Amino acid sequence: MQKTVNQKAWFLVLPVFLLVAFSAVIPLMTVVNYSVQDTFGNNQFFWVGLEWFSELLHSERLHAALGRQIVFSSIILAIEVPLGVFIALNMPQKGLWASVCLVLMALPLLIPWNVVGTIWQIFGRVDIGLLGHTLAALGIDYNYTQDPLDAWVTVIVMDVWHWTSLVALLAYAGLQSIPQAYYQAAKIDQASRWSVFWFIELPKMQGVLMIAILIRFMDSFMIYTEPFVVTGGGPGNATTFLSIDLVKMALGQFDLGPAAAFSLMYFLTVMLVSWVFYTVMTNLDKKAGL
Amino acid sequence: MAKITLSKLAHSYGANPQNEADFALKEMDHVWEDRQAYALLGPSGCGKTTLLNIISGLLAPSHGQVLFDDKDVTHAPTTARNIAQVFQFPVVYDTMSVRDNLAFPLRNRGMDAAYIQSRVARIAELIGMEDVLAQKAQGLSADAKQKISLGRGLVREDVNAILFDEPLTVIDPAMKWALRTQLKSLHGEFGHTMIYVTHDQTEALTFADKVVVMLEGRVVQIGTPEALFEAPGHTFVGHFIGSPGMNFLDATIEGQQAIIDGQMIALGAHYGALSGRTQIGIRPEFIRLNKKEGLPAIISRVEDVGRHKIVRAQVFGHAFNCIAPEGMEISADVMYVTFDPARISVFADDWRVEPNVKKAAA
Repeated sequence: MQKTVNQKAWFLVLPVFLLVAFSAVIPLMTVVNYSVQDTFGNNQFFWVGLEWFSELLHSERLHAALGRQIVFSSIILAIEVPLGVFIALNMPQKGLWASVCLVLMALPLLIPWNVVGTIWQIFGRVDIGLLGHTLAALGIDYNYTQDPLDAWVTVIVMDVWHWTSLVALLAYAGLQSIPQAYYQAAKIDQASRWSVFWFIELPKMQGVLMIAILIRFMDSFMIYTEPFVVTGGGPGNATTFLSIDLVKMALGQFDLGPAAAFSLMYFLTVMLVSWVFYTVMTNLDKKAGL
Repeated sequence: MAKITLSKLAHSYGANPQNEADFALKEMDHVWEDRQAYALLGPSGCGKTTLLNIISGLLAPSHGQVLFDDKDVTHAPTTARNIAQVFQFPVVYDTMSVRDNLAFPLRNRGMDAAYIQSRVARIAELIGMEDVLAQKAQGLSADAKQKISLGRGLVREDVNAILFDEPLTVIDPAMKWALRTQLKSLHGEFGHTMIYVTHDQTEALTFADKVVVMLEGRVVQIGTPEALFEAPGHTFVGHFIGSPGMNFLDATIEGQQAIIDGQMIALGAHYGALSGRTQIGIRPEFIRLNKKEGLPAIISRVEDVGRHKIVRAQVFGHAFNCIAPEGMEISADVMYVTFDPARISVFADDWRVEPNVKKAAA
């Protein structure tokens, strides 16, 4: 068959091309451009090559922020995934209460990030906040603005409050798709509750849990708004995660060059980790399928 | 192994059944004898699976009792009943190997390792999966998975009964025959009480000692395959069993004769006065086609199935199937049909009427 050559087809691709260019490619290239230059205001730029990158790679400030970020993501994954699965296992399967539960679970997901931050910022205040004031009344020394541990606990509990629902809803969807025959067969085989979970429910939820972990990892690794509203990265630098540090560098100190280099490395890290994660998980799946 | 008694058993999925139509299973009394192979036959949605799940304890009946031997197990959980059940669609534990799948019911009951090993080897041989024992169950084909399900159903020796819920639906025809034969010989070997649910009459008739035919939540007949063929207890059984099924004609029954549209047909026995809608039923095998006598038939189609010919015809406006020997010449002009009087069954309001023995003898 003869292929029809029609150069006009390019015009059909053009809108998408322009859209992607203006929304992604050009801004990203601007960042790349900044990352290899130094600026002294007045729009004067000097070529510095990869200097910012090598400087940042050895920056203790960045290492500390990265460390905090990894610890934060690990903790919230370790809490939210098991907790979400546990909630999903205990949600009603059908009927009115199933719908009620679904709506209640979805509510935190609908609240804008900065509103969540504000809610917890006020909730935790010792003078007027319900949580902070109650804890103080109980004689517990809690103050997230001064104690690093309290700040961490607050930020983590807030994230768990905000996002466990997502894991729970995904796990619930996974559980709902398991045919009844599996549970019936397990009863016939006299399987324990634990066996049912381990050999039926968990394998059947594997796909959705992988998506849940991936989404929660990416999201938590890039977290900015909520901790920024609650703690502003403090006390000191205790809750300064990568995004908060980046914004401080870019807008606080107006170090455009290092901030641009930081952005690119940040972006590549998230992409790389997600890719490795996805590949490992899908390979596990394939191996099991052999 | 046990005798299973269903006593005044009925089930309704709704909370407050008002009338008969609300019951998925109508009230029944039935005993499944120990060591028998039964087939539970009926169209989709007639309550076969409901009945099976009540026996295995996956479902608690809303009315009546289930007894194993003489022990009431109506509300006992599945695990207390020691029953094996194989489902319509394959259920395997994906992350386990085939070997672990087969061993799972035994391990859960704390059997010792040596016994489990020998038992798994035996079952693997039976279902022809010795060479894939170490593989994960996940990637196997649907029929291989179903064979594992079957194997898990058969692996325990001491079960009270083995229930099969259309287990061969997903298996290809050649394998179906082989597995069914295996099941049958297994039954001969171990003598478990087996109940085999199916909507396929061939499967039911070849597997079972006794066939239980269900329609709309009711057991309409229990009998040997032969009895179902020779003396169907209900027009549905006549129609459902046989290929093609029984032919029915509305008739007035008077003593030893049936009258259809003024035409007399001799019956093999004497019947008393009948009320309701009366019909005679005759199997296609016992109809003779000829050019001279009997009821007029208009032939619409002849299907040659090799061994014999199936003649599709119209008699008094009713579809009528006859079986003609392979060599017979069938011309398209009007022909006549005659029936073998001894093979005619009489039904009143769909239920079989037994002839009046005394008068027939006299």
